[in-house]
Amino acid sequence: MSGFDAEYLKSRREAEWRVNLRKGIKAKERTNIERLKMPEVDPLERAKGHMEVNNGLTKEMAIVEAQRCLDCVNPTCISGCPVGINIPEFIKHIEAGNFLDAARTLKETNALPAVCGRVCPQEAQCEKSCFYTEKLGKKPVAIGNLERFAADFERDTGNAYVPEINEKNGIKVAVIGSGPAGLSAAKDLAGFGYNVTVFEALHELGGVLKYGIPEFRLPNEIVDFEIDNLKKMGVKFIKNFVVGKTASFDDLKQEGFEAFFVGSGAGLPNFMNIPGENYIGVLSSNEYLTRVNLMGAAKPEYDTPVVHGKNVAVIGGGNTAMDSVRTAKRLGAKRAMIVYRRSFEEMPARLEELHHAREEGIEFLNLNNPVKYLADKNGHVNKMVLQKMELGEPDASGRRRPVPVEGSEYEVEVDQVIVSIGVSPNPLIPQSLPGLKMSKWGTIEVDSDTMQSSVPELFAGGDIVRGGATVILAMGDGRKAAAGMHAYIKSKTKPGN
Amino acid sequence: MSRIVTKEFLSENVVKLELEAPLIAKKRKAGHFVIVKIGKEGERIPLTISQANPDKGTITLIIQRVGVTSHKLSMMNEGDEVTDLVGPLGHATKIENVGTVLCAGGGVGIAPLLPIVEAMHDAGNRIITVLAARNRELLILEKEIRAHSDEVIIMTDDGSYGTKGLVTNGMEEVINREKVNLAITIGPAIMMKFTSMLTKKYSIPTIASLNSIMVDGTGMCGACRVSVGGKTKFVCVDGPEFDAHEVDFDELLMRLGAYKEQEIEAYSRYLEVIKNR
Ligand SMILES: Cc1cc2nc3c(=O)[nH]c(=O)nc-3n(C[C@H](O)[C@H](O)[C@H](O)COP(=O)(O)OP(=O)(O)OC[C@H]3O[C@@H](n4cnc5c(N)ncnc54)[C@H](O)[C@@H]3O)c2cc1C
Ligand SMILES: Cc1cc2nc3c(=O)[nH]c(=O)nc-3n(C[C@H](O)[C@H](O)[C@H](O)COP(=O)(O)OP(=O)(O)OC[C@H]3O[C@@H](n4cnc5c(N)ncnc54)[C@H](O)[C@@H]3O)c2cc1C
Ligand code: SF4
Ligand code: SF4
Ligand code: FES
Repeated sequence: MSGFDAEYLKSRREAEWRVNLRKGIKAKERTNIERLKMPEVDPLERAKGHMEVNNGLTKEMAIVEAQRCLDCVNPTCISGCPVGINIPEFIKHIEAGNFLDAARTLKETNALPAVCGRVCPQEAQCEKSCFYTEKLGKKPVAIGNLERFAADFERDTGNAYVPEINEKNGIKVAVIGSGPAGLSAAKDLAGFGYNVTVFEALHELGGVLKYGIPEFRLPNEIVDFEIDNLKKMGVKFIKNFVVGKTASFDDLKQEGFEAFFVGSGAGLPNFMNIPGENYIGVLSSNEYLTRVNLMGAAKPEYDTPVVHGKNVAVIGGGNTAMDSVRTAKRLGAKRAMIVYRRSFEEMPARLEELHHAREEGIEFLNLNNPVKYLADKNGHVNKMVLQKMELGEPDASGRRRPVPVEGSEYEVEVDQVIVSIGVSPNPLIPQSLPGLKMSKWGTIEVDSDTMQSSVPELFAGGDIVRGGATVILAMGDGRKAAAGMHAYIKSKTKPGN
Repeated sequence: MSRIVTKEFLSENVVKLELEAPLIAKKRKAGHFVIVKIGKEGERIPLTISQANPDKGTITLIIQRVGVTSHKLSMMNEGDEVTDLVGPLGHATKIENVGTVLCAGGGVGIAPLLPIVEAMHDAGNRIITVLAARNRELLILEKEIRAHSDEVIIMTDDGSYGTKGLVTNGMEEVINREKVNLAITIGPAIMMKFTSMLTKKYSIPTIASLNSIMVDGTGMCGACRVSVGGKTKFVCVDGPEFDAHEVDFDELLMRLGAYKEQEIEAYSRYLEVIKNR
């Protein structure tokens, strides 16, 4: 979804300040600037603690990086961004040194720029569609790093811009789940003038941003700051409230809620169903990361326990697997291993995460797949049996299918195994609404333009609709759904209807 | 935040708390549980809703002190606030009239058994309840259970009250005497294992309410998984009640020990701290 039409973008591009900036430096000079490297904490240093890996660009660096952007007539980068951020405009604000204006531009279409600047798979989205990548064969403008810079700058000033809201219309709407989908829907709905209440099942707000993605990639205070901003817009948050359990949809309707956005995520961890998977020490990445991130289990003053494994194997090759294995390293693992059944090329994790993991000394047992776990007499896992794999023909996803090599099994010593092979949609909402149309994968079926489900007053988006996806796609869905809900409520309340 | 309205010790290590939770009180059915967390640094623990009063907007939890969190709860007083309380979670018990129901409750398992006994009795079943405890002092909720049972048999390990013997002895006596249509067993995993073996021998359908380790209680982590009929199930969203004859109790017992070392260490540290206060 692109946020703005071409006419609008063009008119913004013709603004005097942008024309002048373009004239200021020749295109040739711009393209000669090398992409700046994000300053990082030393790998050996950072693997000992939970500090953020990336330090962020300095003002000077951000301006230089912003100069690389050519402010293209046809800014292809925008089409690569699922929420259609006006990328050249925000970057040119940075070039001009107007950092707060840059942040404001981001917030026109993105409720959580500080988050996206950190966790978006930019190389597969905006930066992939940048003119530098597409036409020049050079490294793209560091859009993600610049986005992060502008959002952080604004936050550090201590008074972030609170988006304007239309006059309150007195209509109550509910958002279920406080992950990125729910937060971005809440922001737009509040902007339209609704009384928005966000219900969250857990005792903390933020969904995966809090319980999944670790502090060293996305500090919790950043998520909290963005949530506070929504509170300033009048959004009400209710924690410890499981919709479908604490109250049903009917109860909420009776309370006066006229429409619902469901952003309940894909929280249900998958297991492989191989022998020994229920031994002690074999756990899902959700459990492991929840214990550490949400429950503070690695800090002594917190009550929730977590085992600090010495030889830790993480099964899988996605972002969740990287987060788990890097967490294990930080909790003192001697060997922190990724076991992945394909090769590096097929790994779904963000490039930056893979790169950081390798720097931190993570071992990669690629083209390997566990077939069984063994345990000591108390049921504690002590070995995994791995089978070697080869790559065969491409499968439906276009990635080459792994094929087991017969007779290649071997044992590896482990005392902790973290299973990170994907998640399924959370079944709580569907269970509580028998009329809701679901796909065979357990996702909610919606109209792809309005995000409306088979229950007219219920809209949905994010992982509950897509299965496991990304933060920015979830946010894009939230925005689309907010627009869909707005149209739905307007049509319902029109006189004569 | 939920305020504690009343507090009472039922035995030396078992405390009964009545908490303000109007929404949960309204929705809750027999078999449901809540997750409780105390303070910012607290852990999330599951506790069955033993009773609820929708008019007053309160629920009652009965807690046995076994570790840090249960101990912290037992130290709280009327007027104190429990930081986080969420529920009702899990599937409610299937309540229907089946004829004669033999209920077995062991230790603090009597607390979650109470609402089921009550509901099953209200549904018109003949209820025979066997309560088991190590000794007379540790037996809880006898009066309440009696109010909803046609017959109550009490077993103690030391014979200090009722009959000396195990819960299975009491159950077998009933089974040999009359037709039992359904058995319900709630208590320590080891007790459920043996009661389940007994009823299997007599082909009596049996339900067990499992007490696995949990974190979120909403199906997100898989900490609570158990094998039922050879398939992995999540106790928090698929249970907590299952066909006892299909449950792999040995695995449940094993998994309950997953964090034993850390728990024992944390508990002794905690007891040290409160002793020195
Ligand atoms: C470890 C990890 C790392 C990741 N890394 C990246 C990354 O680097 N980049 C990226 O783009 N994506 C990443 N992802 C994926 C991304 O986080 C998800 O796609 C995104 O969070 C989905 O957002 P959502 O709003 O749909 O759901 P979620 O973030 O899952 O939020 C759903 C919320 O709804 C709540 N909820 C569920 N049911 C109910 C109910 N009945 N009542 C009330 N509340 C309810 C849940 O408790 C939860 O808080 C990662 C995911 C994980 C697990
Ligand atoms: C659905 C459900 C309902 C429950 N209802 C009740 C209830 O009504 N009243 C009640 O007192 N308890 C109940 N329990 C058990 C209760 O959750 C645990 O006793 C509690 O989590 C212990 O926490 P702790 O921090 O005090 O002790 P911990 O330090 O966590 O554990 C101390 C000791 O208890 C054992 N233990 C840990 N978790 C459990 C468990 N789930 N069951 C049995 N032993 C355990 C440990 O192995 C350890 O030896 C229920 C459990 C479940 C899953
Ligand atoms: S939100 Fe993500 S995709 Fe869009 S511009 Fe920012 S980093 Fe790129
Ligand atoms: S495509 Fe690249 S160079 Fe062109 S406007 Fe977008 S970011 Fe700038
Ligand atoms: S407690 Fe986490 S899935 Fe059941």
